[in-house]
Amino acid sequence: MTLEAIVKSPRDWAVEPNLREYDEARRRFSWSQARADLVGPEPGRGLNIAHVAVDRHAAGPAGDCLAIRYLAKSGAVEDVSYNRLRALTNRFANVLKSLGVAKGDRVYVLAGRIPELYLAALGAWKHGSVFCPLFSAFGSEPIRARLTIGASRVLVTTATLYERKVAALRAALPALEHVLLVGDDGATTAVPGTHDLRSLLEAASDEFSLAATEPNDVALLHFTSGTTGTPKGAIHVHEAVVAHHATGRLALDLRPGDVFWCTADPGWVTGTSYGIIAPLTNGVTSIVDEGDFDAERWYRILQDQGVTVWYTAPTAIRMLMKAGVELPRKFDLRKLRFLASVGEPLNPEAVVWGREAFGLPFHDNWWQTETGGIMIANFASMDIRPGSMGRPLPGIEAAIVRKTDEGHVVEVETGAQGELALRPGWPSMFRGYWGDEERYRKCFADGYYLTGDLARRDADGYYWFVGRKDDVIKTSGHLIGPFEVESVLLEHPAVAEAGVIGKPDPVAMEIVKAFVSLKNGFEAGDALRRELLGFARKRLGAVVAPKEIDFRDKLPRTRSGKIMRRLLKAQELGLPLGDLSTLEES
Amino acid sequence: MNASELRSQVLTILGDIAPEADLSCIAPDKSLRDQIDIDSMDLLNFVIALHERLHVDIPEADYPQLATLDGCLRYLSAAIPMSG
Repeated sequence: MTLEAIVKSPRDWAVEPNLREYDEARRRFSWSQARADLVGPEPGRGLNIAHVAVDRHAAGPAGDCLAIRYLAKSGAVEDVSYNRLRALTNRFANVLKSLGVAKGDRVYVLAGRIPELYLAALGAWKHGSVFCPLFSAFGSEPIRARLTIGASRVLVTTATLYERKVAALRAALPALEHVLLVGDDGATTAVPGTHDLRSLLEAASDEFSLAATEPNDVALLHFTSGTTGTPKGAIHVHEAVVAHHATGRLALDLRPGDVFWCTADPGWVTGTSYGIIAPLTNGVTSIVDEGDFDAERWYRILQDQGVTVWYTAPTAIRMLMKAGVELPRKFDLRKLRFLASVGEPLNPEAVVWGREAFGLPFHDNWWQTETGGIMIANFASMDIRPGSMGRPLPGIEAAIVRKTDEGHVVEVETGAQGELALRPGWPSMFRGYWGDEERYRKCFADGYYLTGDLARRDADGYYWFVGRKDDVIKTSGHLIGPFEVESVLLEHPAVAEAGVIGKPDPVAMEIVKAFVSLKNGFEAGDALRRELLGFARKRLGAVVAPKEIDFRDKLPRTRSGKIMRRLLKAQELGLPLGDLSTLEES
Repeated sequence: MNASELRSQVLTILGDIAPEADLSCIAPDKSLRDQIDIDSMDLLNFVIALHERLHVDIPEADYPQLATLDGCLRYLSAAIPMSG
């Protein structure tokens, strides 16, 4: 549906937005200037994310300012100033050094939003290691696959997660040398084959001499999912911080003095780019909430912490909408200045609902793991067209393209649907998929990075999301690869074939739905359905596993033998099946 | 419905959503999410199933009261007619 545009006027600004006038900002912006503004003009002087995020502030007048406030599940609150964060992350870097971890080694973290996760990320960068976050709700199979692909040398996790999900995998992970455990409820751990992280941090020095990292040294490995094959580890380098900082300033309007809450988990890219890096580089106070979604508690955090800028996700916003507009009105939320959303397109009703509940609209923006930072956004100073992802950031050239019969990539006319593409060259663009050069190369053609998202652009340059070009499933802001789910289902002795699709859902956008056919001798029914559901959930974790499983005698296949997921989806939705020859390609 | 029937109904619904979970060792006073692997969509489905099978209306604002097994039983026994 189309809702009326939300018109912005300088009269409504509590403060002047960092991006005051869109066309002017685009004209004046350059990435070299953005880098010079952040870290000085000299090229080749070295660049380190943790230095820009932490040490730079600790050395100056902001040293005593609050960098991160952790809200633990227990209700405990822990405040860390930039100075203190400098010392603690130095300690973590010293721990890596004492273990003989080398520059470029992959340091994985599998944990909820606990303080040690943030120390590990920043400490790994200081040491010149590569930080790789894993979502703590993953089951053992996604964890095993990702640890193996990136050849993790160090893993930071909690005693509980280790026992439940990792211990049994150790023999299959020869590269994994050091496991650093965080005890639950502050306890010291003593698990064979692991170290107690808190004891190591306790014994380490507050001083560390920063590794000599270069702008193009690898800093981050972020896993994402494709339609086929194993998960893809998108590689990001230290100079990505220039984009994290600039986009935080322009698209989220961050400025010193802000209290910023990004609700995303660092297991997904938003929780790292905007849950760790951008707020720190911009010198704001970042709120980290360990707990899960809970409408009333979330409003209380916004109120009690005096949050000024809030970055959250459509699924959460739709759950808040279900809880009603009376609830937020019980809280004093007048400190809020700017609301933003990412993860999947925010429906127009939710954009507008923000005004009803908070007196402020939600600003949707678009980006993906590969882009490292926000690429297209609704800005504080710009009119919002509800349902649109907004316009490209300064420094970002976007286009809607199609492939010609000759295999070239060309722009389509205004208003037409095509694939969203970007001109490479921004600092946080991914530099590869770990160990998979071919898949990386396939993402580029004729000078474009092809995003895999279908969209259109209107006459005024606003972009509108249409869908995915491939079969990747978007659920609750996460990308799930159907192949990863199908592979696990096929491991069950009863399953002959498995096809997995995203089924539209009013809250989560899509839910994972599986279709299976059975081997001879197995009977479809509720008992087997439960068994398969439990099997998949145990291996994949609740966030990746199917929410629904249906039985079919046989799954539709292309002539080349691939399961036709799009046909399964069309059948599920009761859509006309259309021209099957086009399905052959999917 | 009596208390033990209610308890078994709630556990059945949970078991349908997370068949892999060992529900026999759930600590009734601890958060369900801390003990079994359920995500926010599972919780939503849990509430929907409670509504459908037990015919109770559960406003969103009350969801936090369902965070533990004890909490669920307390909330539901106040909301539906109980016997014995």
